[in-house]
Amino acid sequence: MTEAHSQRPGVEIEFRSVTKTYPGQDTPAIDNLSLTVPAGDICCLVGPSGGGKTTAMKLVNRLIDFNEGEILIGGSGVRDVDITALRRDIGYVIQQVGLFPHMTIEANIGVVPRLLGWSADRIKARAVELLDLVRLDQNFAKRYPSQLSGGQQQRVGLARALAVDPPVMLMDEPFGALDPITRNEIQDEFLKLQNEIAKTVIFVTHDIDEAIKMGDRIAVLRQGGVLAQYGTADELLGSPADEYVADFVGADRGLKRLSLRLMRDLVKVSGENHAAPADAPTVKGSATLRTGLSVLFASGSRVLKVTHDDDSATVIGTVTLDQLQDAVYETAPKAPTDVVVAGEA
Amino acid sequence: MSFPTQVIPNFSGPNCAGQFFCWDWVGANWFSVLQPALIQHIWISALAVLFGLVISIAAALYAVRNSWFEKGFSALATFLYTVPALAFFLLMVPITGLNVGTVLIGLTGYTLLLLFANTVTGLRAAPPETIAAADGMGLTRNQVLFKVQLPLALPSIMAGIRIAVVTVISLETVAAQVVQAGLGTPLFNAQRNVFTTGLITTGLLAIALALVADALVVQLQKLVTPWVQARR
Ligand SMILES: Nc1ncnc2c1ncn2[C@@H]1O[C@H](COP(=O)(O)OP(=O)(O)OP(=O)(O)O)[C@@H](O)[C@H]1O
Ligand SMILES: [Mg+2]
Repeated sequence: MTEAHSQRPGVEIEFRSVTKTYPGQDTPAIDNLSLTVPAGDICCLVGPSGGGKTTAMKLVNRLIDFNEGEILIGGSGVRDVDITALRRDIGYVIQQVGLFPHMTIEANIGVVPRLLGWSADRIKARAVELLDLVRLDQNFAKRYPSQLSGGQQQRVGLARALAVDPPVMLMDEPFGALDPITRNEIQDEFLKLQNEIAKTVIFVTHDIDEAIKMGDRIAVLRQGGVLAQYGTADELLGSPADEYVADFVGADRGLKRLSLRLMRDLVKVSGENHAAPADAPTVKGSATLRTGLSVLFASGSRVLKVTHDDDSATVIGTVTLDQLQDAVYETAPKAPTDVVVAGEA
Repeated sequence: MSFPTQVIPNFSGPNCAGQFFCWDWVGANWFSVLQPALIQHIWISALAVLFGLVISIAAALYAVRNSWFEKGFSALATFLYTVPALAFFLLMVPITGLNVGTVLIGLTGYTLLLLFANTVTGLRAAPPETIAAADGMGLTRNQVLFKVQLPLALPSIMAGIRIAVVTVISLETVAAQVVQAGLGTPLFNAQRNVFTTGLITTGLLAIALALVADALVVQLQKLVTPWVQARR
């Protein structure tokens, strides 16, 4: 399945001191931005409204041209290739989806393949494959976009962006217009999908929680398009570079960090199994530390039994309250203790 | 196209004297007068709308990117539309002569405002996010225009065609006051002779033609814009 869906895994994207100033403006929208997205990673761009997230993303497929610096995709500069060829080889997904209303779903998916001169048979086969990949029923192929729900439309948007199996994808708040339940579903599915296809993705969002969930790495921009911090979610939450980032990731960053790890991992790390009282609460190994903490607090106990995912009778180990606290604290020795987060006395 | 030569109602054939409506006259003149006039009427109307459409779409495609051209063409089309039909045909005769071409050019002129305005509106009505997605996916400017904006303008263009077709079918009868052509000719002759059977027959034929043509355009519209139907 994996092989059929993607023969072209992601390639590295590198921003080298890129600056963009819009005509007639005094200050740049993107200011001396340097960052590298490793091949196959999702890089989330977060920041305030007007912080330059969309601008930074559009510089990659040259919907906007930068003034200084260089952007490399797989080692070659985006200015060294023909602009239409560049864009056709980069998946592009936007919040408003922008499907072609006059084309069937199948035809929408086939737009870029047709421009590239694929045969009708090949396009049809690819559409079938992609509908499968984004979990839409095959009978959607002959429908028009207006006959689909918002979530279904964005699945088609994803399929369309993946049509020619591009190594790189640009996504501008792709799930921002969906209701929370649909958004959560499609996020999970996209992550699963990404496990198979391993594209290099630049994913713009203003939602730090979405960035923590989706991003292998997160770039936090501040007003004026300056990079405030670039790192994994764990790095950002554990050791925010400054007050701005700390504020941005939220005063509850300790709890958020707990969401990044699973109970199962803590059991392994802790090694020894503390003997637990028979009435200690249980939690599945696949639960996050955050869920574990919640169960612990609700029960009044100081120790949790962690069970097998499929068999809640099999205890694989225990985790104590102290261990949970250490999990947030210990992996962040550089955490600035003097940071005063707004709103916290 | 053949011209009906027998234009004066034949009073001496079937005896229609004093009758308000005389079926015998219709029967006697169907193949010699009415049918050829109807066919010519259809041809002239269809060609006028077709020429108008080709000119309007070409002009509109150019106008969406050149506002000076849009203003200029719009002004010209509005001017043509506002000239009274009879005056327009009379003024054309010295230039184009007393022939069907004059009628055709005049009627084409009348369609331009409707068709041009509707096409431009339609081209501009494409959802901005659709165009943004098309740009991002690597469609060129012309591909966006021809593969996205133009098809999305079809509902608006078809609405224009509907009005243009009915307008042209009805206006064409006025042209017969100047050039003998189409259903306007027997209508004009019947009017001159206060011949009610001729007036009613040709009038009804023109109305029926307009209704049938309108229904056909509606069907065509459904055929070429399946996505609009799908929404229901
Ligand atoms: N086409 C443009 N012309 C001039 N200035 C622009 C243009 N597009 C964006 N800007 C400016 O550049 C800055 C960055 O805008 P950008 O759209 O990249 O922000 P963003 O981080 O995506 O914001 P949001 O979260 O609201 O989408 C803003 O100050 C904006 O006003
Ligand atoms: Mg934006």
